[in-house]
Amino acid sequence: MALTYRGRAGKFLSDRGVKDYDLVLVETDRLSLKGRVIPRPELFDDTHLVIKLNNGYNVGISVDKIKNLKILEKGWKHREPEIPRMEPRKGLPYVPMVVTGGTISSRVDYRTGGVRAYERPEELLDIVPEIADIANIDYRPLFAEFSENLTAGHWVKIAEAVAKELNSGASGVLVAHGTDTMHYSAAAVSFLMKNLGKPVVFVGAQRSIDRPSTDAVLNLIASVRVAVSEIGEVVIVMHGSSSDEFAWVIRGVKARKMHTSRRDAFLPVNSMPIAKVTREGIEYLSGFRRRDDSLKVEIDTKMDDRVFLLYVWPGMDPKIVQIIKDLDYHGLVVAGTGLGHTPYEVIKELERLVKDGIPVVMTSQTLFGRVNLRVYETGRLLLKAGVIPGEDMLPEVALVKLMYVLGHTRNMEEVRRLMMTNMVGEISRSISMRFFPPCWVS
Amino acid sequence: MVELKVGLEIHQRLNTNKLFCNCPSKIIEREPDEWLIRKMGVSYSELGSIDPAARFEVLRDREFFYGIYYDETCEVEADESPPLPMNEKALEIALKIAKIFNMIPLDEIHVMRKIVVDGSNTTGFQRTALVAMGDDESYVETSKGRVHLRTLCLEEESAYIVESRREYAKYKLDRLGIPLVEIATAPDIHDPDQAEETALKIGRMLRATKEVMRGLGTIRQDINISIEGGARQEIKGVQELELIPEVIRREVRRQRSLLDIKREMERRGLSEDELEDSFANVTPEISGSNSRMFRKALSSGNVVLAVKLPKMRGLLGREIQPGRRFGTELAGYAKVFSGVKGIIHSDELPGYGIDANAISSIASKLGLSEEDAFAIVVAEKGSAEIALGAVLRRVRMALKGVPEETRRALPDGNTEFMRPMPGSARMYPETDIPPVNPELILMRLASWRYESPEEVVERLMRSYGLPLEQADMLFDEEKVDIFERIASSCRHLSKRFIADVLTSKMRYLRREGHPVNLISEKMLEKILSLVDKGVLAKEAVESLLADLSLNPKADVEELVRSKYSMDESLLRRIVEEAIKKHRDLLKEDKDRALKKIIGEVMRRARGKVDGRRVRDLVVEKIESEA
Repeated sequence: MALTYRGRAGKFLSDRGVKDYDLVLVETDRLSLKGRVIPRPELFDDTHLVIKLNNGYNVGISVDKIKNLKILEKGWKHREPEIPRMEPRKGLPYVPMVVTGGTISSRVDYRTGGVRAYERPEELLDIVPEIADIANIDYRPLFAEFSENLTAGHWVKIAEAVAKELNSGASGVLVAHGTDTMHYSAAAVSFLMKNLGKPVVFVGAQRSIDRPSTDAVLNLIASVRVAVSEIGEVVIVMHGSSSDEFAWVIRGVKARKMHTSRRDAFLPVNSMPIAKVTREGIEYLSGFRRRDDSLKVEIDTKMDDRVFLLYVWPGMDPKIVQIIKDLDYHGLVVAGTGLGHTPYEVIKELERLVKDGIPVVMTSQTLFGRVNLRVYETGRLLLKAGVIPGEDMLPEVALVKLMYVLGHTRNMEEVRRLMMTNMVGEISRSISMRFFPPCWVS
Repeated sequence: MVELKVGLEIHQRLNTNKLFCNCPSKIIEREPDEWLIRKMGVSYSELGSIDPAARFEVLRDREFFYGIYYDETCEVEADESPPLPMNEKALEIALKIAKIFNMIPLDEIHVMRKIVVDGSNTTGFQRTALVAMGDDESYVETSKGRVHLRTLCLEEESAYIVESRREYAKYKLDRLGIPLVEIATAPDIHDPDQAEETALKIGRMLRATKEVMRGLGTIRQDINISIEGGARQEIKGVQELELIPEVIRREVRRQRSLLDIKREMERRGLSEDELEDSFANVTPEISGSNSRMFRKALSSGNVVLAVKLPKMRGLLGREIQPGRRFGTELAGYAKVFSGVKGIIHSDELPGYGIDANAISSIASKLGLSEEDAFAIVVAEKGSAEIALGAVLRRVRMALKGVPEETRRALPDGNTEFMRPMPGSARMYPETDIPPVNPELILMRLASWRYESPEEVVERLMRSYGLPLEQADMLFDEEKVDIFERIASSCRHLSKRFIADVLTSKMRYLRREGHPVNLISEKMLEKILSLVDKGVLAKEAVESLLADLSLNPKADVEELVRSKYSMDESLLRRIVEEAIKKHRDLLKEDKDRALKKIIGEVMRRARGKVDGRRVRDLVVEKIESEA
């Protein structure tokens, strides 16, 4: 066993031969406490010892106040509860889960307080036994990252892992993912997959799975249902309301996390949910590409991650735009105001970028609605400057798409053509009045 | 008397905003604005000490409805946002309370998640932190010795339950998250009355901080009882202090009876192996009987299952608490684990429309002999099996003695089974809240002085000349502050009169059914200041309060003017008439005449004019005539 304590507390404990999880008796002026030494996170101060008392409570004691410390037992021989192995059931579709990390794929050990990732599918079935009735699931650990740490390189790896499973008999693939950037990854995988005929389902949790109130249970049941459904697209499946009643199926290139913490944080933008899924079944709500099991998925992994996303604001210093070029970026997505505008001074800088061969794509901070650069003078100037209208794409989707496009061509006209061409449903032909405000709960 | 050890857990709500968000700690009477529907996910393997199969079924199948209020609750109560840092004011009060009881604050306070399985928290756990601990010097003194204090925790209140069924439970979120201080005593209490005295004393000390909530439900006590040869019990939800001794006495009786039953089971030679998990379907035997209850239950697709309870005849009907039998204990397990409404056992038959014929055919189906008993349950098949499984488990436990349980106090002082005693393992750190170092608060509190209940009462007696009873009443009814304010502003009034209005008069009116709680402190101050100025007669206060309680929005001065004061010219006329009537006596015996005249005026003006003012007027008139 190791000792996670540093500094003063670390010295105090190592001088006395104490390691994490030892059972100790600690005496201060008035207290005499018996408990297990609990590992201490690095961010906490280095002057307190934390022990778990017999009544379950953790308490911190200043090492400066400890008069006496006695080790009563070295180490902790606690055994994890036994979880029975499960045999795959005959006749059920096969749905592997590619695990990338995030809240959904790890749990807190309630004895130690430490977080650890799942190792066996049985551990998930222990909490969500319902999914064993829908499909045989299996684990494909890929990495264990907070989603904010993922890069374009990770997106490629996810796409490769998913393609491999789809081409070897899976009915659909789940991608367990942190929610923060799930919509970036889902968009990226959407662009990278060619010839997709099966569901690729991104799923996550806003409440960790070790909590009784976790949203993961419904999300997982719903995502497995989608993985065996008629849908042949990359989608995100997350709660549709604050209740544990149903989940939305949202097209990967139309989804956005719109709340820091709510279960129903993910919303389709400029789009309807593809379907509503309950524990019992699926109700299709809008058009989608249908499953075609005969297709063999290919992936096209060429991406250029030198793309910048600029959120403009009134009064911003136009010179910032120059830095983007100085830092050797190959493309720029602007989240403009309203219909797709920037301050007047910024337009000139954007024009210089375009002249230097760096494509600039305009999206909107309003998220909802289509950009239109023909209505106002500012827009017309931007068009004249060579800015590419990003239609109704979300800024994040335009960013990922531009990386994909630049991975294939840096020819300005070709980039313009591709950015304005709908590839996987990221550009809506028409925006229905039903798309906004985004509430479809009847 | 058997060796009795009792410890108390006192839960007191603090008068601050909520513990982990900024919402008000306010109980809301109206219907919630919206209901959320949630399920609780529970790991099969982590259920630990709670019977896995049965508990799992119950919890997994249940839906929880949470009533939210748009303006008074927020995302935190709805478990849609991580908690905010711990309410510092609440922590400060908790540390003050630790100081009062001479307990030792921990150097670093860690918030834990205590798993709860009944849905009473939207998160599925209760946040709780151990703030201070006691040693030999942390105690309250009682007439039967010191009772030591062990731990002081700061935790969040659970959601208020509106309705509970097997399939669902409904809670409102207004109460969820109100800060609670939980004070646990050592098992130093050895006598039922001492338990009440201890609870009373701790409650008074808490109120003396003036920072705890008052009123119904703001303080409640759990009782931990263990009895020599018996087992530890945790009894929850004793609402009234006066009930504590009765609850303890009845628990002693229950455990003694259970031990008698154990000895009788042993004497009859019952062994665990004889208790078999085999249930007979006796639906045909019962459907022949003419019970309307059964006909109704069976028509909806239920079955009647029976289980043999060997050598138990006569024991199921044995009374263990007034009106509660051993069979009631078995039924408690069946209800909790399977959600059935109850069981029927052979010691209460014939009855429930089951006649001797049906009994004998059940007996022969189960292969019963003379000494054997049986239990039946009517329910959907799965629930019925779980119910009878739970009954068997409880009988097996009876062979070992008294099981450790968490029990619910009933209004008559009996208790019923709630759940097995939870283990300590189901707690893990609340990672969303960093540990709190209380050092700065403690430095602030170094100069804080607490006035104990005894000190307050003593000061009231000394400074205002109040008798002990009045001073005690002012303290217990938490009217010390308003008393002192009025006493300092109304210099003509006697202090006893002020105290009397605030305590006895209000109490009397409340008993008479007047909703005097609607009268604000401001109104009381106004009324007494009017008496002080001679505008309102002392004698009128009582009926004015009664009036106001029914019409709490009324303007006090307006009401006094219109109803409780006499027109000056009318009063003068009455005075003149009275003097005229007693003019002869006035010449003979001035003092006697004065008394008679004043008495006469008061008879006609009672409740509308202050006695002092009448006297002044009469004297003035007589002197002017002389």
